Amino acid sequence: MIDAPENLRARSEYEAAHLPPLLARAEHLAGAILLGEHGRRRSGLGDDFWQYRPMQPGDSRRMIDWRRSAKSDTQYVREHEWQIAQSVFMWVDQAASMRFSSASDIPQKSDRARLLALALAILLVRGGERVGLTGTTLPPRRGEAQISRLAQLLSQDDVVDYAAPEARGMLPHARAVFISDFLGDTAAVSAALTKAADRGVRGILLQVLDPAEEAFPYKGRTIFESVGGTLKHETLKADELRHRYLGKLAERKAELSSLCGATGWQHTLHHTSDSAQSALLWLYRALDGGTS
Amino acid sequence: MTLGALAFTSPWILLAFLALPILWIILRAVPPAPIRRLFPAVGLLIGLRDDDSVSDRTPWWLLLLRSLAAALVILGLAGPVLNPEQNATQGDGPLLVILDGGWASADDWSERMASVDNLLAEAGRSGRTVAVLQLSSPEALVFLSASNWRSRIAGISPTPWGPTKAMMTETAHNLEKLESFETVWFSDGLERDGRFELLGDLRRKGPVSVVEGTVDVLALHSPEFEDGLIKISAARANPLLERDVLVQTHGRDPAGIERVLAELPMRFDTGETQAEAELALPGELRGRITRFSIRGLQGAGTVVLSDDRLSRREVALVSVRQNREGLELLSPLHYLRNALETSTDLLEGSLETVLPGNPHVIILADIAELSPIEEEALQTWVEEGGVLVRFAGPRVAASEISRREEHPLMPVRLRTGGRTVGGAMSWGEPKKIAPFDQDSPFSGLDIPDDVVVSAQVMAQPDPVLSERSIARLSDGTPLVTRKPIGAGNVVLFHVTANAEWSTLPLSGLFVNMLERLSVSTPSTSPDAADMEGRIWQPLRVIDGFGMILDGADLPGVDGTDLVNAPLGPELRPGLYQSGSRQTSRNVLAASETLDKASWPADISIKSMEPGVERLLGGWLLAGALLLLFADILASLWLSGRLFAARTAGLTALAIGLAAAPDPSFANDEMAIDATADVVLAHVLTGNKAVDDTARAGLLGLSETLYFRTSVEPSSPMGANLETDELAFFPLLYWPITPDQPQPSKAAYEKLNRYLRTGGMILFDTRDADIAGFGAASPNGRKLQQLAAPLNIPPLEPVPSDHVLTRTFYLLQEFPGRHTSNDIWVEAAPPDAEKIEGMPFRNLNDGVTPVVIGGNDWAAAWAMDARGNPVFPVGRGLAGERQRELAFRFGVNLVMHVLTGNYKSDQVHVPALLERLGQ
Repeated sequence: MIDAPENLRARSEYEAAHLPPLLARAEHLAGAILLGEHGRRRSGLGDDFWQYRPMQPGDSRRMIDWRRSAKSDTQYVREHEWQIAQSVFMWVDQAASMRFSSASDIPQKSDRARLLALALAILLVRGGERVGLTGTTLPPRRGEAQISRLAQLLSQDDVVDYAAPEARGMLPHARAVFISDFLGDTAAVSAALTKAADRGVRGILLQVLDPAEEAFPYKGRTIFESVGGTLKHETLKADELRHRYLGKLAERKAELSSLCGATGWQHTLHHTSDSAQSALLWLYRALDGGTS
Repeated sequence: MTLGALAFTSPWILLAFLALPILWIILRAVPPAPIRRLFPAVGLLIGLRDDDSVSDRTPWWLLLLRSLAAALVILGLAGPVLNPEQNATQGDGPLLVILDGGWASADDWSERMASVDNLLAEAGRSGRTVAVLQLSSPEALVFLSASNWRSRIAGISPTPWGPTKAMMTETAHNLEKLESFETVWFSDGLERDGRFELLGDLRRKGPVSVVEGTVDVLALHSPEFEDGLIKISAARANPLLERDVLVQTHGRDPAGIERVLAELPMRFDTGETQAEAELALPGELRGRITRFSIRGLQGAGTVVLSDDRLSRREVALVSVRQNREGLELLSPLHYLRNALETSTDLLEGSLETVLPGNPHVIILADIAELSPIEEEALQTWVEEGGVLVRFAGPRVAASEISRREEHPLMPVRLRTGGRTVGGAMSWGEPKKIAPFDQDSPFSGLDIPDDVVVSAQVMAQPDPVLSERSIARLSDGTPLVTRKPIGAGNVVLFHVTANAEWSTLPLSGLFVNMLERLSVSTPSTSPDAADMEGRIWQPLRVIDGFGMILDGADLPGVDGTDLVNAPLGPELRPGLYQSGSRQTSRNVLAASETLDKASWPADISIKSMEPGVERLLGGWLLAGALLLLFADILASLWLSGRLFAARTAGLTALAIGLAAAPDPSFANDEMAIDATADVVLAHVLTGNKAVDDTARAGLLGLSETLYFRTSVEPSSPMGANLETDELAFFPLLYWPITPDQPQPSKAAYEKLNRYLRTGGMILFDTRDADIAGFGAASPNGRKLQQLAAPLNIPPLEPVPSDHVLTRTFYLLQEFPGRHTSNDIWVEAAPPDAEKIEGMPFRNLNDGVTPVVIGGNDWAAAWAMDARGNPVFPVGRGLAGERQRELAFRFGVNLVMHVLTGNYKSDQVHVPALLERLGQ
């Protein structure tokens, strides 16, 4: 079905309305990180000049830089800085469970996840990498245009309560970042990670949690509902559940960590009450360390 | 049931205490309601069972709170009474409670009834039958259960009359057949005829005890008016102590709201039963007095209504518009003022300002045309009993009023023009007044020889003319005619109120005639002979507490009874009316005094104590309510919702407070803007294009004025007729569109006031290119509709010597975008004459209130922000000349508004003649 143009326009206006702030915040966040941590510092294929070196056997004549060679007796080859483009696949959980914040001054988990993903994408694109989403919606590309496409796709909410990581469409030996609260079924996560590991893809699991999910500050008779409303649990004494809940949560974290250990991935935890910058720095380092 | 000092009215309810343990168990079993929370990690919770299969219990202290609340409710409903009244009466036979029930009991009525209620409650507890009797409205006695009577006594209220001897006799008669009973008599402490006999009858039936209030009964006499002072006297029954009271004078203010007009201290000296005070009030205020009362006291005796005796006739003099200059002796009101000054209270002003004061008489001196709103108000006023006296004059003679058909506010039809007799150019002598007829109100007045009439307006011959004429000239033509309308009259003097047309106003006859027309009435106190044979209809009556009620549904009273008969259900104290006269009957007759009741020595007299009996039920129920409220808070706190509820409440409160911005603020801004400089204004028509053009036009005119004259207006404003104050603007430009809404009545009143106080409206039909002035075009028709309710004087096309032609520029035409010459302004007075050798007439009058035309001036004046003309005018150079003339007209118009008839003064004649080249 084709949308009437005005309808489409209204929808795109609506969508675009929350793009710029997200983009701006992500750029701001990325700008704080981008100090000197850049460049491969070795010769290779690329556009930027790296160094002249004397011609060696095996270099074809086409590679001689004649202008430099004319200044002296030896022939020089002009080398460019190595610019290898790594593909980074991202998956950001858009499900309803992410749209939760326990207090008005704490951002929603999905908000933080998108911010981190977009800021990381900006950093990577500036570093010359190709960034895309897992699945088929947005294959990795470079350039600023990709950022805005990414921002647009990241702003779409999903209706399901808990989303399973998307592991399709990943290039072999690429890098991947999965951002979610990982509160849903772990089997899907495990399947996705195994599939990625089979293709040689390594990456990061960033688990974003709300402080209330860590502290469980509830008591009295309570009905807990998932954000999408599909799951319900009633308890008569919420405070007595706390210890066992925390145990379960720790179990979940340990499971994720061991999964990562088995597949060569990295697992980290981020709380929405903490600063986004430290998480971004960690993410960037983790990715950078993997590529260089 | 009684437990020590505590008694219960319905003790069986206490059985409900048995149910309390059950309530405890139920409350324990029911857990508090769950809270719903969003929690994404619920997936981790699933499968976690509660350790304890028993529900989270309501805490014991909350249970205790709730049980306590329930216990309080049960206790409260059981009707506990602390210190129940035990020993008010003895015996257990039937009990008769007698109340005097007159106005004198009103002041402590609630204590009296509380005391009766206690008595009945006590009788109910000991199972006695009771009857309650109000002496001032005797009924057959019915002995019923006490609770039955307790529900009835709330309906008993004091009567505005006291028990008369006849009522006591009737009561005694009712008692005769009854068996023995005990009597408690609640007396108001006043001595009355027949009381002693009744007491004897009662004592034969059983023991009698008397309860008297401690209140000192006071009553006011009717006020008297002597030597410009109002004398108020009061009587009291108990002369033991010195006492100060404050007499309040109530009346309506000009807005018709009842207010206290004056307060007057009055002192009863020790041993005196009478007190007097004198009050001096201006006549205006005196006329407004409706009643006197004693502050802080209740009862019909403390209220007296004022009547004709206090009010001098209030006469309103209304002449032509107020801003006209003139000579004092030529003023049509001068002689009227002198004739009426001593005997009446004079009001002067416009109709609109005097009508709310509801004067007795309104005199219109030479006023022909009234606006429809005023006419309607005036007619209502006349129908309600007002006397409208009109005088003829040049304006009436020149107007079309009552010409073809009889005007509702004119007694007769008039012939065109009137006549002049005995002048320099006419035959005959000035006419004298014929002797008055027997049935004329003037009959018996002496006619001085020197009263002659040289000019008059003539009545059309009519079948009713002879019966409406109440004074004639010697040749039989009517001089004064009168027509009744509703309860009032319209009287027309066919001559002027000044000495121009006749010498009547110079004579004493004039004063006598006005007096006979009840324009000025001497006030006399009524006596029986005077009132005999007339039926007086109650207007307002006083109830027992001294409140004023409408008396229209009560039957009329014969005049003799009104003066002599005692008060009773048929004759209530109040204000009575017959014809145009009003007289009041008050509780206390002129010389009546109040006497203290004396009882035989063997009768026990108790005073009313405030009930020591206290009902605790209400307190207990309130306590239960408080506990339940605490329970709500505690439950919220337990479930963690207290904070959320509080913030939500606070937010709602804050939102409520933040709403409703102050509306007066914007208005003040506008007023300051409009008055800081001269501001030209246009009426907002609702059509944006027209409004924008009008604004641009006035902007252009303001700029022109700024550059060429010493008038320096600030930027023009749009005026909303309904909401904006118009008085700030010297000139209103009103472009007419066929679709603009008709202003409301209030807006028209505002516009009329604006015109009367010197404002000017420039009506512009904007269609002079296609239509002549009149009803030919839609705009013209709309203009007629819009202007119909406005108070607009007769108009004429601008005469060539109108002051508009020379206030700044010398102009002979007034073009705008169109060049029609149909501009209408207020007609010059009919007596304006041109003096030989002068270029214009001597028109010593004010600013024309309206200028009507259709030349679309705003479009010609219109200027954008850079000063360029917005609309093209005419063609080429001639067009620019036309625009220039349009600006000159605008300048002249504003000058005319601001300087009035200054340029009309003959002082300027030489200079103007020189400029005109003559």
